[in-house]
Amino acid sequence: MAKPGEYGLFIDYEFCSGCHACEVACKKEHDMPKGDFGIKILQDGPRKNSNGTYEYNYIPVPTSLCDLCAARVAAGKLPTCVHHCQAKVMVYGPIEELAEKAKKAGKKSIAIFTR
Amino acid sequence: MEYNNEYNMDLYPEKLHWQEGDLTATRTTMWSGPGCHEGCQIIFYTDKDGKLVKTEGDPNSPFSQGRLCMRCLELPEIVNNPARLKYPMKRAGKRGEDKWERITWDEAYDIIEEKVRKFQKESGPESIVSMIGTGRNVSQVIAHNEYANFGGADLTLCFLSGDSCMLPRTALCYVIMGNQWVADMSQFRDKRFEEDPEWELPECIMIWGTNPVINNSDAFLGHWIVECMKRGSQLITVDPQLTWIASRSKYWIQIRPGTDAALALGMLNVIINEDLVDHDFIDKWTYGYEALSERVQDYPPEKVAEICWCDKDIIIEAARFYAKAHPSTIQWGLAVDMSKIGTQTAHAIACLAGVTGNIDNPGGNILIDQASGLEFGYNSGIEYVDPEKIAIRFGNDRYPLKKYGFTASSQSDAILEAIETGEPRPVRMLWIQSSNPITNMGQDAPRIYRAMEKVDFICVVDLFKTPYIVACADLVLPCAMSNERDCIRVWFDPLRTLTKCSTYYEAKEDEQIMIDLGHRLAPDKWPEWVKTSRDYMNWRLQGANLPYSMEDLEEKYHGMLYNDFRYKKYEKGLLRPDGQMGFMTPTGRYEFYSTLFDSWGMDPLPYYLEPPTSPYNTPELAKEYPLVLTTGKRSFEFFHSEWRQPDTTSRELHPYPYFDIHPDTAKKYGIENGQWAWIENQMGKMRQIARYCDVIDPRVISTEHGWWFPEKEAAEPSLFGVFDCNPNNLIPMCENGESGYGAPIKCGLAKVYPCTPENMTPENQPTYQVTAGSGYSHGESHKTDTPSFYDIPDSQE
Repeated sequence: MAKPGEYGLFIDYEFCSGCHACEVACKKEHDMPKGDFGIKILQDGPRKNSNGTYEYNYIPVPTSLCDLCAARVAAGKLPTCVHHCQAKVMVYGPIEELAEKAKKAGKKSIAIFTR
Repeated sequence: MEYNNEYNMDLYPEKLHWQEGDLTATRTTMWSGPGCHEGCQIIFYTDKDGKLVKTEGDPNSPFSQGRLCMRCLELPEIVNNPARLKYPMKRAGKRGEDKWERITWDEAYDIIEEKVRKFQKESGPESIVSMIGTGRNVSQVIAHNEYANFGGADLTLCFLSGDSCMLPRTALCYVIMGNQWVADMSQFRDKRFEEDPEWELPECIMIWGTNPVINNSDAFLGHWIVECMKRGSQLITVDPQLTWIASRSKYWIQIRPGTDAALALGMLNVIINEDLVDHDFIDKWTYGYEALSERVQDYPPEKVAEICWCDKDIIIEAARFYAKAHPSTIQWGLAVDMSKIGTQTAHAIACLAGVTGNIDNPGGNILIDQASGLEFGYNSGIEYVDPEKIAIRFGNDRYPLKKYGFTASSQSDAILEAIETGEPRPVRMLWIQSSNPITNMGQDAPRIYRAMEKVDFICVVDLFKTPYIVACADLVLPCAMSNERDCIRVWFDPLRTLTKCSTYYEAKEDEQIMIDLGHRLAPDKWPEWVKTSRDYMNWRLQGANLPYSMEDLEEKYHGMLYNDFRYKKYEKGLLRPDGQMGFMTPTGRYEFYSTLFDSWGMDPLPYYLEPPTSPYNTPELAKEYPLVLTTGKRSFEFFHSEWRQPDTTSRELHPYPYFDIHPDTAKKYGIENGQWAWIENQMGKMRQIARYCDVIDPRVISTEHGWWFPEKEAAEPSLFGVFDCNPNNLIPMCENGESGYGAPIKCGLAKVYPCTPENMTPENQPTYQVTAGSGYSHGESHKTDTPSFYDIPDSQE
């Protein structure tokens, strides 16, 4: 069993389309009742910045109910949110690897969530 | 940039079935019901009783690559939903009373047989019309059943005015290029993106009138565009709203709804006048460039900017970017179809691809036929029907595109008029397969509701008891969902299989119903051995002389057979039956100037017309209804009227209908963010919840469609609240352009005002007004019995 903070989720939210696949995959994997989420998509925008550009971001944020799909991972599968992400912008792994990946990507709009 | 492809492939073998703990995994394709435009590869997990308990995306799939959308992930909720239709039912009370009697399939077939034979005898088989919903895997069934079993030739999308869903674009493509094109995201080869040695990354992707990541329309998975964005493609998005993908675009052209043709012509003006065209392609392969060059002079960017309510400089810069980028591709969508000039709009956009030579080139707009050359659409079984019946299809007498076979369907509006008037002949029976036309698809929903009274017999095949079934059906047949079907999927490439792994009570596959009816009604047209859906698939594969069976496709090709896709087919003599180079058109060329339109007395070149009701076309009307009303804003949670059951995750995430409105406009009319508001025009009214949107044009509101409330009472006057939030109360039928294709569905007028306790009484609800009273087809403001669409409100009132 990994300790808190050892593993996490890397999310390149430049390309997160807000499609809810991660949310619903998670709810179904964990058979959650209505109102419960293991990951939730937060939305910023759409709005116009003063410089004329537009802001419109979706960011999936793991909740306190997220166990990084411990059972799936133990069985050799990816966490279900990562598996099904339609934009393919999520990575699961040890935090050091995720940080390395983020650095290597050399871009804005990457979030890493520890669990 | 592919972050997460580290699937453990040992756990996802390329096999049809395997065991995973207590569950059986079936690796197959998902395609309806419920509806969808895709055909993603999915793994169904069933328990020992064969019940679907879980789904996963298939990482082996070149098409969907492990992805799955939220609806497929919540699929067990809808497959096992207690409200699903379980048995055939016949109406026991009056239409609308929601009184039903459970019957056996044999009894249901007896009723159908009796009715069909009666109508055939009394009014001819041409009095029996079949209608279909969109995105359901039943095109082959609706057609084959109508032609072979009923003996009629009339079928179409269910009261969709102007057949305004893909068909205007498709028909236009067949007229000017003899084929149809789609944006190239390497989807027709099993090695995708950079793994395909020939494919090129589009430098520019122009997304026109579609929100692809949500709607995945026309067998095109929207997230393929996201894959190209990651690889460096830049976007132009033409949309009245700042969609997520518009926010990621180099240019967002915020267009007034319904003015797309003007914009395309304005962009052509820039590209042609600045000589940014592909002269080599134009000289060798196109027809009518000079005429097009003259026509676009009528559309200078200044004028177009005024028409479209967008910035002139953005039009110019976007046009330059589209033309200079190489390759450039266009992914177009429903908004192109949904104006009265749907065909002409498609024509103008197709000219953009043509003048820049982005035709059938890697990363451009590629020409594609159906998988393995199989006819699995509206011409399925056409050989069984009397050609004289085809000649008298509804709409043929008015529209040359119909008359000369540039479509396999009848015209929806003409069918409605025939039902209402009995002219040119009566419609005695409607066979509705997977459509719910008073909830969506049909425009002027109250008018359709009323017209149904004139049809003797209506049979509906569907998944749930819909408002249309309660209000109109005499006989209801439950159909199977995707995981309960053996089928092949033919919509572009690859050829895919669906493998049955569950059953649900007495629900039958659509094919099974057709086959059972066939052996009763037209045994001479059905081989005795064709008894099951699987037999039917094998019969059709054999009939097309294809060297594989359904079982081969499942086992040898892992359910996905990619045909040999080739680029630049016009250079290789692959587009014409005579083997000559060029396109399958009268001139052999890609026709900017359509010789067929010309010969039919239509304008051979693209043009723009104002929407029939608009601030410019009907300024008096616009004084009363000052806002431009657009509809059909898509949500991840729904596919048209589906997924509305209250216990679904879809409804959990999206419980009510919302419309987008600029806060300045909302405040002017006293509407708070999150408040229910009435949306009304000269035809009727409906209500949705206001959602403030800073980036929508203050003169435009954008509404959702497809809302009904299965949690409400079924019987009238409740009728699941089907008219309460329905934008189709405000949109006409029978307002079509010269081609018969296209209708002003996304570009009407409206006013908004807050819902208050005074105006929210039960008597004020649209469903009550329509079902219990004589409320719209014409709005409260409508004062005469003549069609209300252009009525100017009475200033004395």
